[in-house]
Amino acid sequence: MSTNQSLRIFTRALASNETADAPTTTVKMRVTNLNFYYGAFRAVADVSLDVPDRRITAIIGSSGCGKSTLLRTLNRMGDLVPNARVEGDVLLDDESIYAPNVDVVDVRRRVGMVFQRPNPFPKSIYDNVTFGPRLLGVNHRADLDAIVEKSLRAAALWDEVKEKLHESGFALSGGQQQRLCIARALAVEPEVVLMDEPASALDPIATYKIEELMHQLRDEYTIVIVTHNMQQAARASDFTAFMNMNAQRAGTLVEFGPTKEIFTNPHQKETEDYITGRFG
Amino acid sequence: MSVIVQAKKNAGVSRWKTLTRRLEHGDTIFRALTILAALIVVVTVGAIGLQLWNTSALSRDKFGWGFLIGQDWNPVAQNFGALPFIYGTLQSALLALVLAVPVGLGIAIFLSELAPDWLRQPLGFLVELLAAVPSVVYGLWGLFVFVPIFVKPIADALNQGLGFIPLFQGPVFGPSRFAASLVLAIMVLPTISAVSRDVFLAIPRAQREAALALGATRWEMISQVLVPYGLSGILGAVILGLGRALGETIAVTMLIGNNLDLTASILHPGYTMASLIVNEFTEATYPLYLQALIEIALVLFAITLLLNLIARLLIWRVARRTTTEARV
Repeated sequence: MSTNQSLRIFTRALASNETADAPTTTVKMRVTNLNFYYGAFRAVADVSLDVPDRRITAIIGSSGCGKSTLLRTLNRMGDLVPNARVEGDVLLDDESIYAPNVDVVDVRRRVGMVFQRPNPFPKSIYDNVTFGPRLLGVNHRADLDAIVEKSLRAAALWDEVKEKLHESGFALSGGQQQRLCIARALAVEPEVVLMDEPASALDPIATYKIEELMHQLRDEYTIVIVTHNMQQAARASDFTAFMNMNAQRAGTLVEFGPTKEIFTNPHQKETEDYITGRFG
Repeated sequence: MSVIVQAKKNAGVSRWKTLTRRLEHGDTIFRALTILAALIVVVTVGAIGLQLWNTSALSRDKFGWGFLIGQDWNPVAQNFGALPFIYGTLQSALLALVLAVPVGLGIAIFLSELAPDWLRQPLGFLVELLAAVPSVVYGLWGLFVFVPIFVKPIADALNQGLGFIPLFQGPVFGPSRFAASLVLAIMVLPTISAVSRDVFLAIPRAQREAALALGATRWEMISQVLVPYGLSGILGAVILGLGRALGETIAVTMLIGNNLDLTASILHPGYTMASLIVNEFTEATYPLYLQALIEIALVLFAITLLLNLIARLLIWRVARRTTTEARV
């Protein structure tokens, strides 16, 4: 496929994405000079990035370039890795989530996450969705019922499962399980939803549904998605961050901007090489 | 023609060749051997049951089902009943489990979830070492160290504080069901904790991450995600412990006091089926006596099988509800 041809495909994908360059955006999360170390190895080097409020931000780049690691610093899931260390800062609404007085549990309630492979609990659909709200102390049946319906509707799953809410979440197909996991994340009403290659284990139709869903969610939530799939980034996101490994194999941010600009008029040679498929 | 293609051609030359090759590969032989190995287990269990049944005929004929509820064991009067021993066995085994399960689960959770890396290996090793101590050593240590220093004072306190409950009625004895159960609990602890630790370690990381990403604390993750996820495995660990507690002989014989006592009090001495057999098999001087002892063994055998069966059903029900793998 020639460069021009592939660029044209991306442009066409972008044409349907009219609001991509909406002018007024405030910053929801701000990453400043972030470094992430696994022991002595620096996996992410000096990344600074502003995540716009109520927009979809895609992080693209080749395998192992630190995309997921960066994503996991946004809700402090990176803390779970033994011997890991963070330098720099991440602000959520102008407040550091790494400050010593911050409760990591609060951060994760405000910044939810959907994983690469669907990971429902071995519980009923209903209990999967109400897991988070119950932790927050919501116990009244009527409240929980309302949350379940609202979350499953928001995740575009309600019509498919409303008859079988008390069946196991494992009985659903892969795509449905992933939407169940999205509903479960939405049930605690997060402000930001992180998605770590949410469609990479799904077939094209299920992938399409997830992308459509992301589009519906962007009015209410700030979404950050890591993806291998450039078409997906081009189709589904408003902003794109391109990461690449530097000479020390640490992930660096090469370029960040409106998706349209990154895909049609990249400023960096590296970005252009990547999106036109010359490497990666 | 490549070497491989030639080799394949040669291999397929004749029917005879395939037959010999099959035998050479050992498929048939291996299959037969594994079937044989599996059969040995079935045959052994069946043979033990049959043998116990046949060699207890005298006693079964004389006492019938009444043997199970007979409260007297009197070789002089030639009157034998199993109730005190059935009661003692079940009581001491269940009490041991009640004491050991919470502690064992605590150890398992600490080892798999909370302990720093450098502590996991050594501590896990120490716990498993508990299982390697011979049971006669437990008995001796229990009798001369554990009971006077630890068990007796606790038993006294329980009796003074809660003596109005039948469970803690006096008088307080050193060797008692309580003493036996405590030492039994220590003996089944490594089984329960090592198996349930492995159960916890086998739970996918994605489950932990899902809970934490929803704002669960570590404790909420453990109690509301890991324990339900691993429940059937944990039940399996408990049953392994129960099996050991029911059959344990020497340490219990040394500590339980060997007394035909049917009161509820755990502070009284009791008797188990296993200790009865080991105490009296050399003294069984006439056939009915011996066959009554064998019938006790039959009852122990049957109760163990029955409890295992019930436990299997329980595991099966829990497993059916929870652990179907996620389809992707």
